[in-house]
Amino acid sequence: MNRIDAKFKELRDRNEPAFIPFITAGDPSLDVTRELIVEFDRKGSDLIELGVPFSDPIADGPVIQSSYYRALSGGVKLSDILELVKDVRKESEIPIVSMISQSILFKNGCDNFVRSAVKAGFDGATIPDLPVEEAEEIMEAGKKEGFKIICFIAPTTTSDRMELIVKKSQGFLYYISVVGITGARSELPADITENIQNIKRSTDLPVAMGFGISTPEQARAAGKVADGVIVGSAIMREIEKFSNQGNKVLVDKVGRFVGELVKSTKDQN
Amino acid sequence: MKTLETGKLNLNEVFYGQSIPDKSGHFGKYGGKFVPETLMPALEQLEKEYLKAKDDPKFNEELKYYLNQYVGRPSPLYYAKRLTEKLSGAKIYLKREDLNHTGAHKINNTLGQVLLAIRMGKERIIAETGAGQHGVATATAAAMFGMKCDVYMGEEDIRRQSLNVFKMKLLGANVIPVKSGSKTLKDATNEALRDWMSSVENTHYIIGSVVGPHPYPMMVRDFQVVIGQEVKEQIQKAEGQLPDYIIACVGGGSNAIGVFYPFIEDKDVKLIGVEAGGLGFDVGQHAASLSRGEKGVLHGSLSYVLQDDDGQTSLVHSISAGLDYPGVGPEHSYLKDTGRAEYVSVTDDEAVDAFNLCTRLEGIIPALEASHAIAYTVKFAPTIEKDKIIVINLSGSGDKDSFEVAEKMGIDL
Ligand SMILES: Cc1ncc(COP(=O)(O)O)c(C=O)c1O
Repeated sequence: MNRIDAKFKELRDRNEPAFIPFITAGDPSLDVTRELIVEFDRKGSDLIELGVPFSDPIADGPVIQSSYYRALSGGVKLSDILELVKDVRKESEIPIVSMISQSILFKNGCDNFVRSAVKAGFDGATIPDLPVEEAEEIMEAGKKEGFKIICFIAPTTTSDRMELIVKKSQGFLYYISVVGITGARSELPADITENIQNIKRSTDLPVAMGFGISTPEQARAAGKVADGVIVGSAIMREIEKFSNQGNKVLVDKVGRFVGELVKSTKDQN
Repeated sequence: MKTLETGKLNLNEVFYGQSIPDKSGHFGKYGGKFVPETLMPALEQLEKEYLKAKDDPKFNEELKYYLNQYVGRPSPLYYAKRLTEKLSGAKIYLKREDLNHTGAHKINNTLGQVLLAIRMGKERIIAETGAGQHGVATATAAAMFGMKCDVYMGEEDIRRQSLNVFKMKLLGANVIPVKSGSKTLKDATNEALRDWMSSVENTHYIIGSVVGPHPYPMMVRDFQVVIGQEVKEQIQKAEGQLPDYIIACVGGGSNAIGVFYPFIEDKDVKLIGVEAGGLGFDVGQHAASLSRGEKGVLHGSLSYVLQDDDGQTSLVHSISAGLDYPGVGPEHSYLKDTGRAEYVSVTDDEAVDAFNLCTRLEGIIPALEASHAIAYTVKFAPTIEKDKIIVINLSGSGDKDSFEVAEKMGIDL
């Protein structure tokens, strides 16, 4: 069984939401990214979303965008990120999903990307600028290799589109909690519970929710309604904050922050 | 051939546009919609509303009214006698889009889109701009209809086009400087798309060229097709025949597709797009996406783009801010691959020489963008017979480029 399916099955049996940290590969360095993934696993994270830096992201807010620029300025290539995951696999079996722009995916070719990603130890991908209508080719390529393509549902998604998306998505569904780009929000919209319950009525796939979740309190609230809680910008901001204090301090501090997020996500009392 | 009254646009008479792009927005394999799910419903709504408006006589009448009474259409097709004599080759006509209100073809599109935004009940307009021509044209239409308008513009372009920045502010628009990436048009486009991600419920995004996700390449083309429709009638009147060549500059490709489109079925008319060759063909030195790029995805559609082996967008350069863009409209990629149009490039220096030549010989100061089309004609016209006819789309006025050209000439204004 694919690592993603196995993980959600295990969590479902325990009646526990997943905690899913997002980090940009190569910011501040590939070595630190590797150490962070292992540390996040140790702190009880369930799945990692690993961002492939892109020069022109449109779904991302300033925090993730500038982390992409830092990574790209450091010369990070897709091939380096595949090597990085290969190295992680020596120490950790945590499911890893790449977040990759269609620009990069297209350039590499669907079959080629999926083959090399699976070989490196990736379990799936989210492609934020690829709507289901255009996703046929990557889904076919994914199916051949058991590589999951996770689709998005937004608050603006109509019910017709939702039906289409829940049919196509694999592994889990990514519910975008706000109308907008990634980035921490002080408050989350009120209609989240209703929207997620609505999705869950039409599918058995786990529904993870992300965009805008930044504090342990928000993570706890999100964990009450969703099967998974995704936090990105808030973690990248911590990484940026500690990036000049040496790798050991950085990994320790950011690991601690993620540990708190894990704890509050899972603490559903 | 259909006869169209000059200056009277009929969106629902656009010719092969019934099947190209197809329903999902593809020109052959190009185009499509590569945007986050959040925006998909907005694009669907936009397409639906646009297709309805296109067939609505009231919408067509309204648009015609503003194009005639406000923009000043039809724009003249002017026989450039001295330029023709100087090059001693084919007969050269200039389609005077520089004489439009706001000084470029961009207003044809922004008026159409603002009218559409009003139909859709949106209260706010956003736009990206490179040279500032599209920004000014958007701010103008927004001012005339009393809509709130925010324009994203790269810091580098703000520096190069300070006059247009000032104009936009006079017109009541808010110019938002973009500091990310190369601080030019592509980054302004990213920023506008990001804004739209959060504001889609009350905001319409007016893209300035035939780029972006479906339905933009189709819709912006349809709003620019009036250029070619007029040329077709005007050249018949002047010469009793169609032109042999149509030459236009290509940034995103809207002025080019506007003038090409009504001639696509007239296979004897050769269509030539001229891209920015900048300082030379090293990466980062030019913006010739069709001549030098490869297939890739940028800003929501599949087209020729300038990017590296990993799919990261390359830096680009052109003396003309309006051509300084690493992508191009998907329909041009389709026309290139099918061989219906040919794409070439000229350098910064050649464009500046053509800028000077046209100004001296014809008393017309062309935009640096349009100067690229003139520059190619300068090389090309002498190589063909005198009984041939060339139409150049003079997409805009060079008033906005005074500072840039003066700087290039070492003159302090
Ligand atoms: C006068 C003029 N011509 C041409 C262009 C290039 O755009 P397009 O290729 O869409 O016509 C611009 C863009 O700003 C412009 O201002």
